[in-house]
Amino acid sequence: MSGLTLDLLLLQIVTGVALGSVFVLLAIGLSLIFGMLTIVNFAHGAFYMVGAYMGVFLYGLTKNFWLCLVLVPLGVGSIGLVVERFLIRPLYGRNIDDPLLLTFGLGYVFIESIRILFGLNGIPFSTPAGLRGAVDIGIGHFPLYRLFLIGATGVLVLGLWLFIEKTKFGLIIRAGARDPEILKVLGIDVSKIWLLVFGIGTGIAGLSGILAAPLQAVTPEMGIPVLAEAFVVTVVGGMGSLIGAVTAGLMVGIVVAMTSLFMPEMAKVSIFLLMALVLLVRPQGLFGRAGLMG
Amino acid sequence: MTNTRNSKRRSGMSRREILAAGAGGVALAGFTPSLFSIARAQAGTIKIGFPVPLTGPFGAEAQDQVRAAEIAIKEFNDAGGFQGRLAELLVRDDKLNPGEAATRTLELIEKDKVNYVVGSLSAAVQLSINNVTKERGVIFNSISQSDAINEVKDWSKFTFHEALNPHMTAGAVGRYAFSKFGKKVVYLTADYAYGHEMVRGFESAGKPLGVQTLADIRHPIGANDYSAFLPRIQSLRPDVLCICNFGRDQVNAVKQATEFGLKEKIKIVAPVLLYTARVAGGPEIFEGVVGGTSYYWRLEDTIPTAKAFNDKFRAANGGAVPSDYGALGYAGVRTVLTAAKAAGSTDTDKVVEAMRNLKYDFYKGPQYYRGCDHQSVQSVLVIESKSKDMKDKNDVFNIVGVETPDEKNLRSCADLGHKA
Repeated sequence: MSGLTLDLLLLQIVTGVALGSVFVLLAIGLSLIFGMLTIVNFAHGAFYMVGAYMGVFLYGLTKNFWLCLVLVPLGVGSIGLVVERFLIRPLYGRNIDDPLLLTFGLGYVFIESIRILFGLNGIPFSTPAGLRGAVDIGIGHFPLYRLFLIGATGVLVLGLWLFIEKTKFGLIIRAGARDPEILKVLGIDVSKIWLLVFGIGTGIAGLSGILAAPLQAVTPEMGIPVLAEAFVVTVVGGMGSLIGAVTAGLMVGIVVAMTSLFMPEMAKVSIFLLMALVLLVRPQGLFGRAGLMG
Repeated sequence: MTNTRNSKRRSGMSRREILAAGAGGVALAGFTPSLFSIARAQAGTIKIGFPVPLTGPFGAEAQDQVRAAEIAIKEFNDAGGFQGRLAELLVRDDKLNPGEAATRTLELIEKDKVNYVVGSLSAAVQLSINNVTKERGVIFNSISQSDAINEVKDWSKFTFHEALNPHMTAGAVGRYAFSKFGKKVVYLTADYAYGHEMVRGFESAGKPLGVQTLADIRHPIGANDYSAFLPRIQSLRPDVLCICNFGRDQVNAVKQATEFGLKEKIKIVAPVLLYTARVAGGPEIFEGVVGGTSYYWRLEDTIPTAKAFNDKFRAANGGAVPSDYGALGYAGVRTVLTAAKAAGSTDTDKVVEAMRNLKYDFYKGPQYYRGCDHQSVQSVLVIESKSKDMKDKNDVFNIVGVETPDEKNLRSCADLGHKA
């Protein structure tokens, strides 16, 4: 390939990391819900899309992107709370397929509702004024917003890790994932924890949606391709593993960026090739525990 | 379901056909086309089958096609129809899937007994519909871009192409852009027929101008992030970046190219710059992007038929203006109905003859179907997206160039494999 320089290679890696950040954001929400609740949330892409629409709508009202970054996860998370309480809760203790089918259908309900409310065509949204433009990062120019995205993802992952590992509430969550029966015996209401975890997971999906809105066309179907990608990332990282989601997300981002450079036609397939390779070597994923689905 | 019963009675059908009959209501496989023409000729209303992708990523465009087609139907009926026979539009969702489109088209022909088929919004889907209609001897007027449909391999005398084709569109945009913005070009191309045909159109227009292709980067169709292609494009330092993709892909690619600051040094060009994509993407993102189109509503400033069509469309759709692909729905239906009137018959062969002789100006100036391949010879507009001086929210483009109807801008009949 002509014109290949070290700067271009490095820039390509940074592009991959930014791309990976979106994967990480999506996958941690998905992984959190699976790890704690053993629910495969097929509506995750739809929650992401609802987050983008809610963000664009609220931005139109408030003209304050930062405020939207707070309001959207709360709003989408609240929808998640309602969904868990009234739709998913009755399915606990049943086959793992039941909530899967439920969330699958729910995804379509969300997409159709957005089509009715906002139309088929999608709605415009540009990068907020303060984060526009490209900055020189030493190896070339890179969009400021994507740098912000990498940083925001880092902060969110760190916050979530501290919350789960270092707080008393996080301890209860982890215990609930390990052995809900014992937790019940200890007098803790497990259903409340599951409710909250589902709310947090979907809230993060909503946050990824608003964060992705300046990067992508905001359309009712925007969650469909990212859902597949998010699943690949969680599977590669290991279902239910936070560190796995982060590692695999960045890895997938960089792999996509590199194949895009050398074999652009293969950019989409490369993700699945990576998944196949990882699963051949480690069927439970990079950081997964074996037998979780069994 | 009656169709299932019908199919059971008929012997000698393959399992696949019976399944198709059960699922899609196609029950009469095996009849000859000529028997059908008789059946159709006796029908009361003139039925036009209209398969378009109502669901899926081109849903917004497809709905606009239907809205515009309904205007042509209403016009025809308000004028008393043809010998007292009124026209009816039978809209079907092809789901942007060639297989689905073939099933729906077969059903339209055999169960609904449509006289003609107009529609489609995809290079692959129109070829699939065309396969069915040419086998059944039914007129199909395609309103979607394709080069292949003009070629002798896919073409039949029942095939008409009201839409532009990639050769004409990319040709017009290329001739404008390369002479104005520079000769070093990078293509970012959706990896399927539409993208490949557009690149070929650009390159054949660029050849006499001495245009140099630095790279043709092919991306998978339906990609939602193009950032990974952009650093390389930037480092190649082209004068022009041709983004040869469609719909959502176009919005995403242009959005991210703008974000990466590519526009500062590179002119971004799209073969087909969609009205709907521009509206969905917003003014800042598309600012300065140049592209081609078959129709833009501001033609009404200079062309009276455009004004008349827009006014009818506005009145029927709460003040909205027709989009490019929408307007093709109007033209595609109106040409067929006009030809039937001119022929004095709804008989397929007579209508084909009348369409071949049609010289029409329905909404964008003079047009006619070329004899050898039934491609509509028409003007191609070059437009530039704007974010300032907008008259109203629908005023999103400036018309910066018009290629007048001219057969020399089409591939020659010999190139397509036709005997002149």
